[in-house]
Amino acid sequence: MEREINITKKADEFLQIFKKGEEFTQELLKENEKLRFRLAQLEDAIERSGDEAKIKLYEDRIKTTEEELNSLKERYRQVEEENKDFAVKYIEVEEENNNLANLYVASYQLHSTLDFNEVLRIVLEIVINLIGAEKFAVLLIEEKTNELVPVATEGMSIANVPKVKFGEGIIGTVAKEGESYFSEHIHNRSNGSEEEPIVGIPLKIKEHVIGVIAIYSLLAQKEKFSNIDYELFNLLAGHAATAIFSSRLYTQSERKLTTIQSFLDLLKEKPRR
Amino acid sequence: MPNILVVEDSPTMRQLISFAMKRIANSKVVEATDGVDALKKLSSEKIDLILADINMPVMDGLKLVSLVRGNSAYKSIPIIIITTEGAEEDKKKAIAIGANAYLPKPIQTQELIKLVNSIIGG
Repeated sequence: MEREINITKKADEFLQIFKKGEEFTQELLKENEKLRFRLAQLEDAIERSGDEAKIKLYEDRIKTTEEELNSLKERYRQVEEENKDFAVKYIEVEEENNNLANLYVASYQLHSTLDFNEVLRIVLEIVINLIGAEKFAVLLIEEKTNELVPVATEGMSIANVPKVKFGEGIIGTVAKEGESYFSEHIHNRSNGSEEEPIVGIPLKIKEHVIGVIAIYSLLAQKEKFSNIDYELFNLLAGHAATAIFSSRLYTQSERKLTTIQSFLDLLKEKPRR
Repeated sequence: MPNILVVEDSPTMRQLISFAMKRIANSKVVEATDGVDALKKLSSEKIDLILADINMPVMDGLKLVSLVRGNSAYKSIPIIIITTEGAEEDKKKAIAIGANAYLPKPIQTQELIKLVNSIIGG
């Protein structure tokens, strides 16, 4: 009987231990479940924190790219501005080249001959073709009479251009003072009189005036004077004067040489008689 | 390589126009002093464009235009008139007899180069 009681007691103890083991196992399972849940949460958090890092990285990249794009846009704008500047400068250089070509040709032609009449013809050509004058005259100072005498004209008869006293009127004043004259009304003076030119250009060798180019009217299509016209006037003032002066001297010396040569020939012939 | 015939009695203008034309890439300039001289040059050289003045001795520019247009060998050559005659009726007359363009003097070189390029396709 006592033995049975012992066995029952031991069985109860075993059951108690078993139940405790069961409870412990249940607790372990619950704990395991909690840990799994926690692990899942942590994994999720880690994953999410990775996305955020990537998003931040992408945002940084977008920001950098935008900055680069803005910088490139700014550079592009600057290059466009520079291009515009270059285009403007190119046009200016082209214009300057063309003006220099005009001046070169005018100067080349003026000094291409020592024939007085040829030089006058070239002066007329330049004033007609390069400046666009319609009626004008070239007057030279006659030292003996102190008058400006017309030697060549275009668009008007030389007989219609009166001689001018040095220092008198527009032409005489231009000759005396050696300063160019430009009328303020070049457009309304298409029928300028032979006494009042719209432009007077002194022909000067250094400060010595030898004559005047007097322009009375411009071609209908010539609306105004441009920078190159003033350059041409300056060129004419100096180069035309030199060309006219030297060709006149040369022509005179040629004439004298011919006279002397004829005289010498005459002297040589005399002893034969 | 366009061959450009410059017909002008004034040596100054001839030199100036030739100067401008030589700046057109690969162009060759042939010069003539009047209409008759121009016809001689046309018969001896292949010409792609004529630039002619109107007022010239021996044969003027308008006569030259009408002769060129009447000749089957040359009639397709473009002609630009460069002249001091700036009136609208002068321009109409030149265009009517066959000039392709009309440029009154004094010429702007850039304008001339632009016009020539537009005609010869430069």
